[in-house]
Amino acid sequence: MTQFVIIMIYLGLLLGLGLFASTMFRGTKKDYMQASHSIGPFLLLMSLFGTTMTAFALVGSSGEAFKEGIGVYGMLASSSGIVHSLCFFLIGVKLWSLGRKYGYTTQIQFFRDRLQSDRIGLLLFPILVGLIIPYLLIGVLASGSTIQQMTSGAFPGMFPTDSPATHGGLPPWLGSLIICLVVLIYVFFGGMRGTAWANAFQTIVFMVLGLVTFVVIANKLGSGSAFDKNQDGTTSFEELVAMEETTAKAKLAGGEAALKKAIRDGGEEDFENAEEAIVQAKRLLESTEENARKRWTLISKFDKNQDDKISPDERPGFFENLASATQAAGHDKLTREHISKTKFFTYLLIPLSVGMFPHIFQHWLTAKSADSFKLPVVAHPIFIMIVWVPCVLIGVWATTQLVPPVPPLPSNPNAILPFLVKTQTSDLLAGFLTAGILAAIMSSLDSQFLCMGAMFENDIFTHYMGKDRFSEKQQVWITRGFIVLIVAITYLLSLSHPVSVFTLGVWCFSGFSSLFPLVVAALYWRRLTKTGAIASVIAAAGTWWYHFSASNYATNRGYMIEWALGTETYEFMPVTMIMLVATVVMIVVSLVTEPPEQEVVDRFFSPKT
Amino acid sequence: MAGQRIAWLWVWGLVLLLIVLHQDNFFWHDDTLVLGFLPIGLFYHACISVAAAVTWFLGTKFAWPKYETENSAVDSKKAEDAR
Repeated sequence: MTQFVIIMIYLGLLLGLGLFASTMFRGTKKDYMQASHSIGPFLLLMSLFGTTMTAFALVGSSGEAFKEGIGVYGMLASSSGIVHSLCFFLIGVKLWSLGRKYGYTTQIQFFRDRLQSDRIGLLLFPILVGLIIPYLLIGVLASGSTIQQMTSGAFPGMFPTDSPATHGGLPPWLGSLIICLVVLIYVFFGGMRGTAWANAFQTIVFMVLGLVTFVVIANKLGSGSAFDKNQDGTTSFEELVAMEETTAKAKLAGGEAALKKAIRDGGEEDFENAEEAIVQAKRLLESTEENARKRWTLISKFDKNQDDKISPDERPGFFENLASATQAAGHDKLTREHISKTKFFTYLLIPLSVGMFPHIFQHWLTAKSADSFKLPVVAHPIFIMIVWVPCVLIGVWATTQLVPPVPPLPSNPNAILPFLVKTQTSDLLAGFLTAGILAAIMSSLDSQFLCMGAMFENDIFTHYMGKDRFSEKQQVWITRGFIVLIVAITYLLSLSHPVSVFTLGVWCFSGFSSLFPLVVAALYWRRLTKTGAIASVIAAAGTWWYHFSASNYATNRGYMIEWALGTETYEFMPVTMIMLVATVVMIVVSLVTEPPEQEVVDRFFSPKT
Repeated sequence: MAGQRIAWLWVWGLVLLLIVLHQDNFFWHDDTLVLGFLPIGLFYHACISVAAAVTWFLGTKFAWPKYETENSAVDSKKAEDAR
């Protein structure tokens, strides 16, 4: 119940902030969609960071580290630190400059104007919307399942379930509905200003609470937990080995039960997760003595008697706990043994998606000046590090025998962090961390809802109905209407339990990345023609669809392009091929078609020197 | 002007270097713990994040382009016609 109360207080605060922001609304469309270009460096940093870090940053990073080990940091975090800032630097400031000059609100307005083509808008619109909907669904679904897990036990009579992890928690349909309504209210009334303020607030919340959680879990799982178990100081080494064995066996039983359930329910993702849990439990079982010795060595350091009994009269500090938690992890989780080097390298292309996210484009346009971008460009990699390093370590610790066997670990890796918070921390902290996870989710959802509303209003409705037929006030209300519609559609889609949507995440990012060459060429290549751009988008979409269907529509989660060279086989992310095809087609078609009019080129490029 | 071009080349050279250093094949199988708790592969990439921040700081300091639109009026009519 404590968690439920904290979540409700947090959501109430957020609503208050959004409604307060609405009191500053100037009544114009520019103010509603771009906060009248009034956002300074700090707010821009927080809103860009909050928007790019989805639920995946907290929940997914620990889940991926649980599966793959520390390699996920290099694959997803340090690469993003380099590439996101590159996108802000190369694309963001330049688009902001053109947006200010020519009054754009959406990406499609820019492309239509730059390429003098209405068709490019018609082509891009369904692609951008199609790619962002799964992204929205991931947030809505993640919020529902997080709330259910974290409020479990609060309403046992009203919301009973078979699983002890969710029994008595708010059902996902209700949790998702609450989150959708809260986001809708502050976006509806506060517009971009409310969204930016809420993002800044939420970013602070999830960064601070993430760090607090890291410290608490480290202390709990590290050698501190061993002392809790051995307060009487009578456990011998042999008993420690027996404890390790019991833990590993219980984890194995948990994994086997999850596997049986997955076979019964037919969930392919659950099946893979349960298999992974069994592999990890067997690994623990094979190394019980080695693990016990590691812990024995650590615990003995604090045993003043130095005999065969554990009798700690001095508790280890935070760093000792950190050390014991990490040292308990297996070699495969502390290295990148399971990750292909070429896959790791080509993963660098995925964060380029930020260059084509429509909601990031809209945030760029809110900047007060070009100099407002400097702080986000510099601080973004550091912020990523602050959030990701603790989460990756927590995911690695979850693979060790330090996690108690009862209750059993969830088979879904994305549930690892909420589970640890729920079982290893106090109700109060669990409530605050839930607020942090929801903050990370909502700080992306709000921008995405707002930008979808803006796209429908600008790129379709007023573009074809005629802008002059509507007053500024009417256009704001039309945008609000579209936002309500999009929130409702997303929520209804989430009710159909599209579980596989989580596996679509990387495909969405690949889709946006494949449009990256187009935006770079539009900004830096005078010779880009509308035919070249249209051909590039069609080629990207076609190649994307080819690989997407070859992956059995994302159900084959390990799908890679394989290239045999001699005796070696190299794996590449599909995005490599999609981007290559899109770039080659764009260049070749642009070069063989008539160059753009000089007058248009002059509007977008400074004269050649 | 020439000075800014040289600074620009330096910064983009550093970005390229970061991308090369990001592929740390040398720590692939190394499970050494830095300070006793941080796996070296993770520590190295945390350093890459810090190095990225330093590089981008240099970029904003020495290779930041001049933008003409700080307070320029919107060329709305022309843009509207074009759209």
